[in-house]
Amino acid sequence: MECSQGLARVLIPAVAGASKAVIVEGLEKRYAGRMVVDDISFSIDRGECFGLLGPNGAGKTTVLRMLLAHTPPSAGRIEVLGYSMPGEARAARARIGVVAQEDNLDPDFTVLENLLSYARYFGIKPRAMRRGTSALLEFAALEGREGARIHELSGGMQRRLTLARALVNDPRLLVLDEPTTGLDPQARQLIWQRLRSLLASGRTLFLTTHYMEEAERLCDRVAIIDGGRLVAIGSPHALIGEHVEAHVFEFTAPDLVSRAADLARLEGVHIERVGETTLVYARSPEPVRAWLSGCAGEQYWYRPGNLEDVFFRLTGRDLRDR
Amino acid sequence: MPLGGRYSIPGRYAWPVWLRNFHVWRKLMVPSLLGNFGEPVLYLLALGYGFGRMVGRVGQISYIEFLASGILCSSAMTAASFEAMYSAYTRLNVQHTWAAMLATPLGVEDVVIGEILWAGSKALINTTAILIVAAALGLVGGWTALLALPVALATGLAFAALAMIVTAFAPSYDFFMYYFTLVLTPLLLLSGVFFPLAELPHGVVLTMQFFPLVHAIALIRPLLAGTVPQQAWLHGGVILAYLLVAGGVAVWLFRRRILR
Ligand SMILES: Nc1ncnc2c1ncn2[C@@H]1O[C@H](COP(=O)(O)OP(=O)(O)O)[C@@H](O)[C@H]1O
Ligand SMILES: [Mg+2]
Repeated sequence: MECSQGLARVLIPAVAGASKAVIVEGLEKRYAGRMVVDDISFSIDRGECFGLLGPNGAGKTTVLRMLLAHTPPSAGRIEVLGYSMPGEARAARARIGVVAQEDNLDPDFTVLENLLSYARYFGIKPRAMRRGTSALLEFAALEGREGARIHELSGGMQRRLTLARALVNDPRLLVLDEPTTGLDPQARQLIWQRLRSLLASGRTLFLTTHYMEEAERLCDRVAIIDGGRLVAIGSPHALIGEHVEAHVFEFTAPDLVSRAADLARLEGVHIERVGETTLVYARSPEPVRAWLSGCAGEQYWYRPGNLEDVFFRLTGRDLRDR
Repeated sequence: MPLGGRYSIPGRYAWPVWLRNFHVWRKLMVPSLLGNFGEPVLYLLALGYGFGRMVGRVGQISYIEFLASGILCSSAMTAASFEAMYSAYTRLNVQHTWAAMLATPLGVEDVVIGEILWAGSKALINTTAILIVAAALGLVGGWTALLALPVALATGLAFAALAMIVTAFAPSYDFFMYYFTLVLTPLLLLSGVFFPLAELPHGVVLTMQFFPLVHAIALIRPLLAGTVPQQAWLHGGVILAYLLVAGGVAVWLFRRRILR
């Protein structure tokens, strides 16, 4: 029957690969011969929070833009929610919510008008949308502000509204490019809390960040990229266990710094100097503590190894925008 | 999802883009209308009555009637060009409104076509206001004048599409001055808005035939006077050809600029 065949054409691609929200294979992007994204492959499960980590210029935004069909890949295969990109971009984007790196709320509209006009870009009429807007405003903690102009909102409020706006189409997948960059700690906490509740509602999150702490707290898995290359992928916990020692001591006191070289002789200890600071990575803390007891009175910091350490171990400490 | 279906006609989903601009315009309707049609009406009154005394009649009609149809056409041209350059550029590069739209199912072609349709609509709004003033002043010769409105819309759309090509190349607002000075002002002065084409050297007259403004005037001037234009299909054809070709080129250029 003609009708069911037409239906099958629409349904089958969406069902195939249903367990994966995103599949990326051998993705490449060249700008004027320069490799900006270099042979990247990964996949994201449905309901997962996946983080793309990397310093400025690593190629994070470029990966997202290819995923959303905002720029064609130079090579590779992309599938998003079962749709092949960029060919089926329209259908895919109808089911994706996007929070871009650059704020692009509509300054000519109020808070409420922003939600209604954005919904219309998805073909959702204001009458159908109006029922949902109060829940979205509550989600954005902007109740009572529906009549406010965009420039009257703080940076945190704008970001929350952008996040709420990305939900007008009830997306299966949210793509967020540095969602908390430039926000103060309170505003950031609120965004994190909202992202967790979105995860709890079964949505898939794909975010980029250069805040390792953010990735560690939110993401089930992360991919670290540097210079367009994928350098590691896995859960934050596994990556920390795999690439850095569990215990980190930071010295800034000149006395400790000058004598720290002694520690390098200890088994399972690794030393790094960063400017005036010396970082001592140790598999077990006791030998270092014993050594420190001989330097009574000198101040130091102790912390567990984290994703930032992994990041520096894998990508080095050079500034990227030099 | 309403927009999940297969893609067919280019710009089929341009409507929400048009509507977005319309809603913003509606908020600022009064100052916008005053600015956009107040000026042409002032020109019409000052030049029409001032020169009208000296000039007397142009062919079958009074000078101010002659001028009214010219200004109607030229304001369709300027209103559409302005909207498709300064306003569209602001939404593309300053407010990032286009970027927000492109995160939804809308494609570049929808946004570009929506902007062209909106700029053409602004031309229609302004020319409608001017036509009402002209009718109130008794400068309109018959009901055929209503047919001037679809012609003004088509003229606005054609100039909007041309202006979008300029916007697709624009690195900054300053760039638009070139187009205004090198293209739009010569068209305004040499297409028969203020005085009959016949006063100009033959080469100039011939050159102007390659641009849409002359053809808009050739249609609208008789329509306002209450008569049927000659060679209407030819003139209409030139305007439509401009609209379709420039619109296609604009979409292609913006796809190249944005989806890089
Ligand atoms: N349109 C473009 N043309 C040329 N180079 C680009 C373009 N977009 C990005 N790049 C370059 O690609 C690299 C990666 O950029 P981007 O993906 O924005 O990095 P990130 O988001 O990780 O900071 C940068 O060196 C940037 O200069
Ligand atoms: Mg970026």
